[in-house]
Amino acid sequence: MKLDSKIPQGPVAEKWSNYKANQKLVNPANKRKLDIIVVGTGLAGASAAASFGEMGFNVKNFTIQDSPRRAHSIAAQGGINAAKNYPNDGDSIHRLFYDTVKGGDYRAREANVHRLAEVSNDIIDQCVAQGVPFAREYGGLLDNRSFGGAQVSRTFYAKGQTGQQLLIGAYQALMRQVNAGTVDLYTRTEIVDIVMVEGKARGVIARDLVTGEFQRHFGHAVVLATGGYGNAFFLSTNAMGSNGSAAIKAYQKGAAFANPCFAQIHPTCIPVHGEFQSKLTLMSESLRNDGRIWVPKKKEDAEAIRAGKLKPTQIAEEDRDYYLERRYPAFGNLVPRDVASRAAKERCDAGFGVGNTGLAVYLDFKSAIERLGEDAIRARYGNLFQMYEKIVDDNPYETPMMIYPAIHYTMGGIWVDYELQTTVPGLFAAGEANFSDHGANRLGASALMQGLADGYFVLPYTIQNYLADDISTPRMTGDEKEFVEAEKAAKDKFEKLLSIKGNRSVDSIHKELGLVMWDFVGMARNKEGLEKAIEKIAAIKKEFYSNLRIPGSGEGMNVELEKASRLADFIEIGDLMARDALHREESCGGHFREEYQTEEGEAQRQDDKFAYAGCWEYQGEDKAPVMHKEELTFEVVKVAQRNYK
Amino acid sequence: MEKNISLTLKVWRQNGPKEKGRFETYKLEEVSTGSSFLEMMDILNEQLINEGNEPVAFDHDCREGICGMCSLYINGRPHGPDDDVTTCQLHMRKFKDGETITIEPWRSAGFPVIKDLIVNRNAFDSIIAAGGYTSVSTGGVPDANAIPISKIDADEAMDAASCIGCGACVATCKNGSAMLFVSAKVSHLALLPQGKVEAARRAKNMVAKMDELGFGNCTNTGACEVECPKGISISNIARLNREFLKAKLQD
Repeated sequence: MKLDSKIPQGPVAEKWSNYKANQKLVNPANKRKLDIIVVGTGLAGASAAASFGEMGFNVKNFTIQDSPRRAHSIAAQGGINAAKNYPNDGDSIHRLFYDTVKGGDYRAREANVHRLAEVSNDIIDQCVAQGVPFAREYGGLLDNRSFGGAQVSRTFYAKGQTGQQLLIGAYQALMRQVNAGTVDLYTRTEIVDIVMVEGKARGVIARDLVTGEFQRHFGHAVVLATGGYGNAFFLSTNAMGSNGSAAIKAYQKGAAFANPCFAQIHPTCIPVHGEFQSKLTLMSESLRNDGRIWVPKKKEDAEAIRAGKLKPTQIAEEDRDYYLERRYPAFGNLVPRDVASRAAKERCDAGFGVGNTGLAVYLDFKSAIERLGEDAIRARYGNLFQMYEKIVDDNPYETPMMIYPAIHYTMGGIWVDYELQTTVPGLFAAGEANFSDHGANRLGASALMQGLADGYFVLPYTIQNYLADDISTPRMTGDEKEFVEAEKAAKDKFEKLLSIKGNRSVDSIHKELGLVMWDFVGMARNKEGLEKAIEKIAAIKKEFYSNLRIPGSGEGMNVELEKASRLADFIEIGDLMARDALHREESCGGHFREEYQTEEGEAQRQDDKFAYAGCWEYQGEDKAPVMHKEELTFEVVKVAQRNYK
Repeated sequence: MEKNISLTLKVWRQNGPKEKGRFETYKLEEVSTGSSFLEMMDILNEQLINEGNEPVAFDHDCREGICGMCSLYINGRPHGPDDDVTTCQLHMRKFKDGETITIEPWRSAGFPVIKDLIVNRNAFDSIIAAGGYTSVSTGGVPDANAIPISKIDADEAMDAASCIGCGACVATCKNGSAMLFVSAKVSHLALLPQGKVEAARRAKNMVAKMDELGFGNCTNTGACEVECPKGISISNIARLNREFLKAKLQD
């Protein structure tokens, strides 16, 4: 496998301009002859599909939900970064670029990140033109707030519903194209395989989730914008339907899967409350702007709280340990997510955790309410406080919130070059589905930025460079042998799942996988545990293929069958994550190997050995994958131990 | 404090869009009041699968009240007996031990049943496609701060834009009207200078599409506002009527 990152020539700040000046374009008459398949309708998928449609391409856009607007981008709360420097506090494209590479613990590709920072400002302009109601000052101009890992305020927001508003903006742009006839929308339709013709991605096999029927779709190019694979852990902040199946299909067709072990554990989620729990709810990182995180200083206080004998409001100020402010005075409660998560785990493991399980810390708004008044806090976070109260039945204006880390985002994903093309020609990946911009840790408010950057401002350029050579390629009908064979293989897989007729539900096996992932491939990993995880995942795979029970048939809607086909892929992802984590003998960003830490318990990178993206190549069913390296070179950023003290 | 309760569930089962539906009764023991309503449905489904039966199909996704996918009609109310929540945010502490809970799909001519509790809401997408956007393409737009917008207008637009497209307003309306949904979008965009440019055209096209798709008329009963999980105000309907009238007068 050859990993050619295709980074353009020139200084990092000029690469994107140079690329655009020299790339191939497709003229309007030829665009009409070209079909593009876009899988997913989140920020990356909807923005790409809408933009392609506006440009004149024929687009087929797929979503597993009933409407594009349900995509999980909708749940992003806090905001979107851009280097506008409206607050005049020292921000710039260079600084956003630098913060993102540093925040990613020096495991991202400089050229991609710089481009991301460059187009960030265009995104804000675009969204405002679409009517996204960002928060404003009384003077009528846009308001900003600060987020973890940055010392400037560069985050644009729409209450605690920024993802919703940005997605609705992209969704409306998409529906405008549906109305114009440039985009064909397929709702409740899932991609079950990618069709390869003469070494290029030329289409997909889809399954209609309402009728159970299989469909063949041709495209001159295929874009996967299918999000992350955090649900391998069963419990995560991802939506129930979020899955890694399209990514695994791509991997099995020869696309490299890069850095699968880089998963982000978000520090501020509502703690697990019982075994019947189905998902975890995130409390936006923006809360750390005004909330202070603490646990009791004295173990006996923590024990009394856990036993229900003491309330947090009864703990005197001097008996509280604001451990982030203590350990990281420069960034305090706004340290990056990986650092905040590990610090919470450290306190809880040491016996200072609160809540009835001891796996929780406090996020307290008392000082902010005293300083700004309850109304100001309500205006900023009202919907989040309401959400918390509905779930936990506790009023966060009066008593501190309880939070604990949970799986939230996957920085790893399908390997892409500078053009967002995978190692399979004609197959592109955008948004969370690719690996490119966040290295080993993503900064807050950067996921929305990346999704929209890829869809609005990167792919519309780079895909032309690919399609320019395809203007004479005629459309295929879907009756070619490659399509027929791919459909047959997909049907066989579903038949196989239905024919197991064992005794266990999909969820019961998924929960078992999730526990193995959380215990051994979660916040703290070590060699012994990871080796055990690989064995346990193999056993779960065996159990899955011998003891799974799916009621009903493949005809009509069958939710259990959908879930089973996704779980089959999560098992593959779990194995890949464990292997990658095992091979990466260093700690960096969200990947923490207990063997590699400083005396103070901070992550210790091994730059001489691991300054690369680990890219896994599929070798066939039940064969160990092979790892290839994309070496990372840093021309501008000075690689250092991250220091937020 | 959390405790365990036992429940009797009367659940609407329907195999397909054209099949006849019926209520089935299920008993559920030991449900924690700390669990969410949909987690209770998960427990029911696990029980059904273990008994060799088909689980109940229901729509859900984010389970944090923002995607708008969940859509259950519980004891006669869309999203159940709590205010300002979606079904996924409803918790079992709102129910009593021994209670019988009736669970139905949205019932409206605009939302045909697909299976069990799942309905087809594609009509909402069609209404948005008819005009619920600003007609700007990617790129070539002015700087985000080029046009100052009063904070009051921006906040009001944000409130209208909070609609999650769940369809509770239609489900609760005795006329099956989609006016709250349509008016929220018309208001959101008409309040902003970027959307004002084509406000008249938008109002006309969206209302025409709504009528075409078989949604009923608004008779100002106000039920939609009461059941909206996001508290979208009925004053948006007044604004829509104004925008629509203005548009018609311009014709």
